[in-house]
Amino acid sequence: MSVVMEPRAWRELARYPSALVGMLIILLLSGVALTTPLVIPYGEALERWRGGEMWQRHPVNAAPAWVDRLRGGNAARTLTVASHAAEIEAVSFPGGRRLEIPLDFDYAYDGFPSEINLFLAAEGHARAPFVRLTWQAPDGREVALGGYRVGRQDRVSISQDRSLAQRLGGLAPHVGLLSDPQVEGEPEVLNGRYRLLLEAVVFDEQAGLEAELVLYGRVHGIAGTDHQRRDLSLALLWGTPVALAFGLIAAVGTTLTTLVIAAVGVWYRGWVDAVIQRLTEVNMILPVLPILVMVGTLYSTSIWLMLGVVVVLGIFSAGIKTYRAMLLPIREAPYIEAALAYGASDLRIVWRYMLPRILPVLIPTFVTLIPTFVFLEASLAVLGLGDPELPTWGKVLNDAQSQSALYNGYVYWVVAPAILLMLTGLGFAMLGFALDRVFNPRLRSL
Amino acid sequence: MTPEASTDPRRPSLRRARLRDLRHLLLFALGRLVALLATVLVGVYLTIVVANMGGQVDELRLVQIRSEVVETVRADPAFFDMPGEERSALVARQVALEVERLRLDQPFVVRSLDYLQRAMSLDLGRAEQMHSDRGSREVRDIITERLPATLLLFGTANLLVFFTAVFAALHLSRRYGSALDRTVIALAPSSAAPGWFYGIFLILLLAFVFPLLPAGGMVTAPPPESRLAYAASLTRHMLLPVAAMFLSSIFVSIYSWRTFFLIHSSEDYVEMARAKGLSSRRIERRYILRPALAPIITSFLLMLIGLWSGAIILEQVFNWPGLGSLLFQAIGHRDTPVIIGGVVIFAYLLAGTVFALDILYALLDPRVRVKGGRR
Repeated sequence: MSVVMEPRAWRELARYPSALVGMLIILLLSGVALTTPLVIPYGEALERWRGGEMWQRHPVNAAPAWVDRLRGGNAARTLTVASHAAEIEAVSFPGGRRLEIPLDFDYAYDGFPSEINLFLAAEGHARAPFVRLTWQAPDGREVALGGYRVGRQDRVSISQDRSLAQRLGGLAPHVGLLSDPQVEGEPEVLNGRYRLLLEAVVFDEQAGLEAELVLYGRVHGIAGTDHQRRDLSLALLWGTPVALAFGLIAAVGTTLTTLVIAAVGVWYRGWVDAVIQRLTEVNMILPVLPILVMVGTLYSTSIWLMLGVVVVLGIFSAGIKTYRAMLLPIREAPYIEAALAYGASDLRIVWRYMLPRILPVLIPTFVTLIPTFVFLEASLAVLGLGDPELPTWGKVLNDAQSQSALYNGYVYWVVAPAILLMLTGLGFAMLGFALDRVFNPRLRSL
Repeated sequence: MTPEASTDPRRPSLRRARLRDLRHLLLFALGRLVALLATVLVGVYLTIVVANMGGQVDELRLVQIRSEVVETVRADPAFFDMPGEERSALVARQVALEVERLRLDQPFVVRSLDYLQRAMSLDLGRAEQMHSDRGSREVRDIITERLPATLLLFGTANLLVFFTAVFAALHLSRRYGSALDRTVIALAPSSAAPGWFYGIFLILLLAFVFPLLPAGGMVTAPPPESRLAYAASLTRHMLLPVAAMFLSSIFVSIYSWRTFFLIHSSEDYVEMARAKGLSSRRIERRYILRPALAPIITSFLLMLIGLWSGAIILEQVFNWPGLGSLLFQAIGHRDTPVIIGGVVIFAYLLAGTVFALDILYALLDPRVRVKGGRR
């Protein structure tokens, strides 16, 4: 690479502010791409992105917290109150115990939570314990939330309780339970200390009862959550290495193979060149995206298969014609003749004499090609042909699209992956355009 | 040249030279035609193989046919009190009929060649699952129904981009280094993102945040009765997708055309013309645009061809009923005749354009004309 990136070129490049900005963006993205797999291993990322149980303490469709705080808002974050921190009063009676578990919390947010759930766990009981719930508001109001028989793992969806909503004057429970009864019209939050009192009867001397009250927030973390409660930051972080790897491998794969094949064709001429030319023309007729879509629908949407198809279709791309035009004069250059005279083999001439000559011209094309492939991956994902397992930016966009995120006002869901895509595109394109001016003297002199 | 000069034995007569040119041109055209036909043949065959998963789609189809037939026979009250054996015979007969209709009984290789022959002769056949909005099963009808939508949208956008870019580039190349020129260069990297990407933002901004324009579709539902209202509604629906495509490609087009014109305007003969003191208008017309005409025509024609394939994703994002979304649906339905039909038409058009370009070049450029005969 020393031929390619001599110090002069670097200095030249440093003259373009856009190149510096581009490089900064690329460095930043590469940093994220390199650290993410270390912090969250590949297997774990896939496992977590599959969704399910592990996300049940996350809110649905919560916006990023910092956006709300920047706007001066004080929307609810997720509050979790667990019983192991509470002071449990136990009274024994023959054949069991009576437990009183107070779950206390201070509610200081301006907005209502998005949902309230109570998770109950009772391990090792011969007979299922029984729990009665009472909600105590700071103003002394008490609302009975009914009684439940507790299995080993139970979830009480307080927000889904229709009869409770009716008792609260038609308000959804997560609004009604926390609103100020003095205020007429639009409900307002009553801040202060709340308590959910669990009065339990357990029929066991030893085994206890675990309870966890979750008041789901309206905002969550730095990236918010999606419709399956998954934290979007996982997909945004993991999308970075995936996007960069896809773009880089596809760009390297297509440009290098194309270049080598063009050089081979130019060097050997005759039927080799003719075959290469005809194959290129066939390939130009094949529409790339429909073929990718076909492969995705008919075979598999694995990102690595897509990558392979992209590279294969890219080998005999129209670029061959351009490189051929560039290589033809090089073939006749005196130094090639000199190489022939000392007895260099065909392969050596192609590799050591012809390719290095046009590599510098190739670098800008190569850099500007990377975002094209990054966007191609996103495009496929938006069409619903994203990798079935990997979290990628395109898949976040696709989820958002299919859940009508824009229509429902979940703007962050679309904007975050879009900004990352745009950053990648801009970073590489800015660097590429500057490189183009550095490496193509014809443009530089203008 | 006087008539006497043509009788000079050392020079071939003008007439003979013309004839030679014509012969070369014809030979060249013939050669290209054969090569292009072969190209289309191979390209279409490859598509047929991919679209059928190398024959695997047939097995899926067979399973599907069987389950459908069993279901219809089971659900039909006319066959309720038919004995089991008779019923299974009926099912077998129906399946055989359907298999014969779709010609699944023949090996894939045979059928693929048959597909190829019919596709090449533009006999696109009947769709397997899909039908046009009017209810026709003919692939031709399905495609022609979607075609105007694609042509309208992409034609408008691409023509707009093309002409704006060429004229803006000419303008900028005259005063390169100006603030405007720098701005355009600085904005060129914005084209790294494709049209659908800008589309999403435009929809967000102009359809949801400020609900000024429709978020998707082609006309309001139900379509307006009067022509004028129809055109107005169409225009309103077209604004966002056209703007998205325009945004995503205008700056890079201006940039590349500008570089192109700059390179052409730094040729020695242009410098010479400047030194002679010719007016800049004249230099632009006769010295810069004239030799640059061939590449301009090329990219114009290739752009027109690009219209055909449409853009699957842009059409999906804007819910535009064009060829791109048709192809996407066809792939989803595994409706091979429609897929192949779309690709064949695209291949033919591309080949036709390439052929026209070859001939045009041969006519315009004497270098190609002379060399062409010996290719």
